[in-house]
Amino acid sequence: MYRYDQFDHTIVRERVNQFRDQVARRLSGALTEDEFRPLRLMNGLYLQLHAYMLRVAIPYGTLWSKQMRMLAHIARRYDRGYGHFTTRQNIQFNWPKLEDVPDLLADLASVEMHAIQTSGNSIRNVTADHFAGVADDELEDSRIYAEIIRQWSTLHPEFSFLPRKFKIAVSGAPTDRAAVRFHDIGLQMRQNIRGEVGFEVLVGGGQGRTPVIAETIRDFLPKRDLLSYLEAILRVYNMLGRRDNIYKARIKILLKETGLDRFAALVEEEWERIRGGALDLPLDEINRIRAYFAPPRYELVVDPDAAYQAARRSDREFDRWCVNNVLPNKQPGYGIVNISLKPVGKAPGDATADQMDIIADLAEAFSFDELRVTHKQNIVLGHVRLADLHTVWQQLDAAGLATANFGLASDIIACPGLDYCNLANARSIPVAQRISERFADPERLARIGAIRINISGCINACGHHHVGDIGILGVDRRGEEYYQITLGGDPADNATIGEIIGPSFSYDEIVDAIETIISTYETIRKPEETFSDTWRRTGATPFKETLYGPAHN
Amino acid sequence: MALLITDQLIEDYWHLLEDGAEITKSDNNIVSVERWQRDRDELIPRCGQLGILLKSNEPPDLIEDDIYHFNVICLDFPKFTDGRAYSYARLLREKYRFTGELRAVGNVLRDQLAFMRRCGINAFEIPDDANVENWSAAFNEISIRYQGANDNANVVRPDAATVAGDVAGNWSY
Repeated sequence: MYRYDQFDHTIVRERVNQFRDQVARRLSGALTEDEFRPLRLMNGLYLQLHAYMLRVAIPYGTLWSKQMRMLAHIARRYDRGYGHFTTRQNIQFNWPKLEDVPDLLADLASVEMHAIQTSGNSIRNVTADHFAGVADDELEDSRIYAEIIRQWSTLHPEFSFLPRKFKIAVSGAPTDRAAVRFHDIGLQMRQNIRGEVGFEVLVGGGQGRTPVIAETIRDFLPKRDLLSYLEAILRVYNMLGRRDNIYKARIKILLKETGLDRFAALVEEEWERIRGGALDLPLDEINRIRAYFAPPRYELVVDPDAAYQAARRSDREFDRWCVNNVLPNKQPGYGIVNISLKPVGKAPGDATADQMDIIADLAEAFSFDELRVTHKQNIVLGHVRLADLHTVWQQLDAAGLATANFGLASDIIACPGLDYCNLANARSIPVAQRISERFADPERLARIGAIRINISGCINACGHHHVGDIGILGVDRRGEEYYQITLGGDPADNATIGEIIGPSFSYDEIVDAIETIISTYETIRKPEETFSDTWRRTGATPFKETLYGPAHN
Repeated sequence: MALLITDQLIEDYWHLLEDGAEITKSDNNIVSVERWQRDRDELIPRCGQLGILLKSNEPPDLIEDDIYHFNVICLDFPKFTDGRAYSYARLLREKYRFTGELRAVGNVLRDQLAFMRRCGINAFEIPDDANVENWSAAFNEISIRYQGANDNANVVRPDAATVAGDVAGNWSY
């Protein structure tokens, strides 16, 4: 896990002091709200429907327990006792008071955290594979490069007033768990024919109102050129990206207008000029960062733990949770525990301060002090001995954190929606709650199997509806909340944008419509098929027939 | 507007020559790109010191071959959110090797000065009533640089060899 040195501590402390002065100038009236707005947005502070919202960066989603405890403290002290984990592996607090925010940021800085560039038209928090370092299929731990990019992009003097926000994701494994094809820049680690590890660079992906799958701009980028190449892309985008229309300002629109070939030629020309210069990334520097992400001191486990196996045989609930929520760590005898923040009837991604403390305690006691936040708004304990699983499960269960639905129908991604957000057309959270209640029966969940239901309260797509097997988009129809359904989206290697299936449904109808789709899928799927497989095989027809009747074909 | 150069307010002896205006003074005129392109051959012999103003949609490659004619290049920030000129500044310094005065004009805010300077801008048009001490303090609020820009910062931090040290208990190194 990355740890700050004096260098990092200084920059974050100075940033807190700088913002403290800016807040004081706002509170004294020296700055108008208009003048203050860009300053607070540089620091993750939004003004929402009811109050300020502060988004705290969790770089590539990785935390240690002390940091999680500080988030719990902040939830209690400055908020209403809870926080909301987001699809970009961050956490949001919905009720801080402006005058408290400098102290809140100082508290964060004391545990090596900040809110820098969690909003604004800057390079946002870099995301990575939430199973980095523990999955057995990766070339390298993607967090090494995410941290290098975090440092390079932090308070970047040239790229803090881009045409629009800019998101970078890194995947170190051939199986894409970081949705690299849906980011402004996706970095996919690859091996070239000489066996060297570098990056395939993808550019121009994104969701929002114009969903686009990223295209490959470079098949193989050597690691030492990583930062100079990123700088070349950002510079071309900064100069040419549209600034006349906020909805056309992302790099994906620039790429459509220039074409990939011309854009790539501009980037390559600029890169040729600057590569090998001040941004050259020597192996020593990569290794310095790599050391922070070295694997923990695992115990050698020879035989499977008898007590663990006995517990699974005797405790049905525990066994179900192991089947659904625990994945194998590449180290024998250890598991990757997925803690679901999607209990039936609750807001997806929310955790109370007490739950955060319990998760932190478990991480400290059983998972080498380390936690990850996933873009599906869950928490991961990456390195739990199988022998400890029963204890961990019991403690999670007592805290309402043992919902055995990882990757299943009630493991729903949802944005905050109209309950909090001033951009939303419709509520997201209550729709997620009602769907999870409808699919509360664990036997039913198991029969349905893996499925992604993603809900966005508006076209900005914070709830990733475009890439859900089932995507739900809140729309406003004559002042009423309606929900449009898209099917067949896929965030990963077979990146696909979901298709609109037909007319939208009212708030009262939407859960029945989702049930109809899922029942249809259960009826028509062939053995071993995922939802995507079935969708690709049958197309929309069977779903349209059951949703709207045969007349609609 | 006042002109801030290295923490001091100085008198601005340059003036903007409007596109339609006659060349009355022979020195210290700042012209638009349009005027430059139209009257280049007249301006060069008539003017001693010359400056040019790049609007935010006018990248430096427009004047690529003429840069040596200018003592001052003004970069316009029509709105503080329009960040194109940060890149123009870096290109002017690092690609076109411009060594003269690079001046930020337009919607120049106190809290952007440090970023501008790190991109190579060394003169700032600021409001007449700005408190110079307070504005100059903005340059030094953040003392650390994570990345190279138009300054000497490097990817590798100066103390890289001596860090790491005592990291979390259970992790092996």
